[in-house]
Amino acid sequence: MSDPAGGARTGQPTPAGPAGVSALAAVAAADRAEIGRAAGALGAARAARRARRRWLIGLLCAAIAVAFAGSLLFGQTAYSPATVVRVLLGQDAGEATFAVGRLRLPRAVVGVLTGFCFGLGGAAFQTMLRNPLASPDIIGISAGASTAGAFGIIVLSLGAAEVSVFAIAAGLLVALAIYLLSYRGGVVGTRLILIGIGVGAMLNSLTGYVLSQADQWDLPEANRWLTGSLNNAQWQQALPVAVALVVLAPVLLGQSRNLAVSQLGDEAAAGLGVNVTRTRLIVVVAAVGLVAFGTAAAGPIAFVAFLSGPIVARLLGPHSSPLLPAGLVGALLVLLADFAGQHLLGLRLPVGVVTGVLGAPYLIYLIVRSNRTGGGL
Amino acid sequence: MTIEHTLAVEKLTVGYGDRTVIEGFDLRVEPGRVTVIIGPNACGKSTLLRSMSRSLTPKSGQVMLDGKNLHRLPAKELARTLGLLPQSPLAPEGITVADLVGRGRHPHQKVFTRWTPADDAAVALALQLTQTAELAERAVDELSGGQRQRVWIAMALAQDTDLLLLDEPTTFLDVSHQVEVLDLLTDLNSARGTTVLMVLHDLNLAARYADQLILLSGGRLHAVGDPETVLTRDNLRRVFGLASQVVTDPVSGKPMMIPIGRHHAVPGAAHQQSMDRQAIGGHAQRAP
Repeated sequence: MSDPAGGARTGQPTPAGPAGVSALAAVAAADRAEIGRAAGALGAARAARRARRRWLIGLLCAAIAVAFAGSLLFGQTAYSPATVVRVLLGQDAGEATFAVGRLRLPRAVVGVLTGFCFGLGGAAFQTMLRNPLASPDIIGISAGASTAGAFGIIVLSLGAAEVSVFAIAAGLLVALAIYLLSYRGGVVGTRLILIGIGVGAMLNSLTGYVLSQADQWDLPEANRWLTGSLNNAQWQQALPVAVALVVLAPVLLGQSRNLAVSQLGDEAAAGLGVNVTRTRLIVVVAAVGLVAFGTAAAGPIAFVAFLSGPIVARLLGPHSSPLLPAGLVGALLVLLADFAGQHLLGLRLPVGVVTGVLGAPYLIYLIVRSNRTGGGL
Repeated sequence: MTIEHTLAVEKLTVGYGDRTVIEGFDLRVEPGRVTVIIGPNACGKSTLLRSMSRSLTPKSGQVMLDGKNLHRLPAKELARTLGLLPQSPLAPEGITVADLVGRGRHPHQKVFTRWTPADDAAVALALQLTQTAELAERAVDELSGGQRQRVWIAMALAQDTDLLLLDEPTTFLDVSHQVEVLDLLTDLNSARGTTVLMVLHDLNLAARYADQLILLSGGRLHAVGDPETVLTRDNLRRVFGLASQVVTDPVSGKPMMIPIGRHHAVPGAAHQQSMDRQAIGGHAQRAP
């Protein structure tokens, strides 16, 4: 190896240089030039990746805008952009005022908000537990919020705000229960996932029971708690989700570097100055909050939380934090799936059925792959 | 002079649940030196290292860094002074070498600030020192065990700390890579004055590279000092229950131990060996 100590191996430590690169002082001039070049190359590679990330985020935002516009313009009757703009500006536009202003607009807004919540919350869980299967909709947290939502509306006849609070409390409670059940001198991701799947199955049957007690005319509404649906989405559902996003999304995004370091394992993360317990607590509470608020608004739209993170990982690679792009992918997924379910298949399917059809093959693929590599489950 | 940091433990007791692994002892790590912790399996080597880097909280007693309780220092501030390379860190799937080494810069970065040229320079230097520069854009998953270990050491170097703690940095490495890693740590120590504290399994490499040896036995401090006073036939017999000869390493002049099993005895050495076995008990009857 080239002597990194340069001429300094006299036993006397050399003085420390400027903070961050004190060691450079100890390196021979020739090596220093080479390191300078290498650092330049690293910086260039990093800048290229950052540009790529910005492009992707821009592209996703544009796609969401297009899908959003599309879901306002098209439907049983298509309206001209001018009519839609009139509605958005609050001017009278005849029948479009109702169709666009009261039906399509809140539907699209709730879709974007819940999709963002699911995508962001899901990616945070997957990153924290280092496993794509550890998404809140797989490990029973969405199911907990969903059961509480169904119970709150059908049995307790609660309003939208109370249902949200109830769903969040249930989501956190389920998260805590799964954590405690899988705790055995430390939590192993695989055990947590398996226990979460079991808890989720139990909660789904509970939701089924609650729904079976519902009145006949409640059933379309009840459907939402099984697969997730944007039918009958209204402004009063959008508001709590919007507030949750404004409060919780920055909290989660602020943890993205700590999350990235936590992936190296608890010990290494502690060595790098990350308070692992605190990071985990913040991430769990914020992510469960997002997922529960989203679920309270639109039901557990299947697999959106599960799919968004891995889609981003495919597009971006493992270099940068998947959280923000995953939120955008989630929003886009919900908008597109809802549009497809409503208009393309001619069946008026709830959005959760479409995302379920998309997500299930990926779930199977993941399980097959992890069996083949011997890792994961 | 580099700022010298004093790292010491006072009446330290550490354990997991009800089980006590480290039983109340005092210890001072020589600043600016290489200190190696040795001892038999499950004697508390890693536990001691972990509690000295704050990944374990002591049951009682304390770890002092520059006279302050290490467990009360702000986490990031501590991580700018003291780095830890654990025994089996996890590499996220698909991560590249440059990216992994870059994570070592975490304690030097604020929550939303960008990377600075100083970060890139520290990463480039760490890659160069560990001879992993040409692997920079490769995925860590694809590397051999030896390459991977050097990449992890590069991450610890990118952290740029005055104190560096390493838990068995030479596991999974063949002998040439072991020597290379230990040479590298020695270079760091002499060039930067980095205080190195590590756990090693190989007693002879430990004696060769250490300024100070710490010999643990059953969670207690058995001996501390320079290799000549710690790596003795008597200590090896008492701590490892192993008969041995300690000779002078012809290469380094440091003590070197040669274990004595039940076979392979050369006639001339038989007398001393049988005395040792009797002192340990158990195997004496089977001796030829």
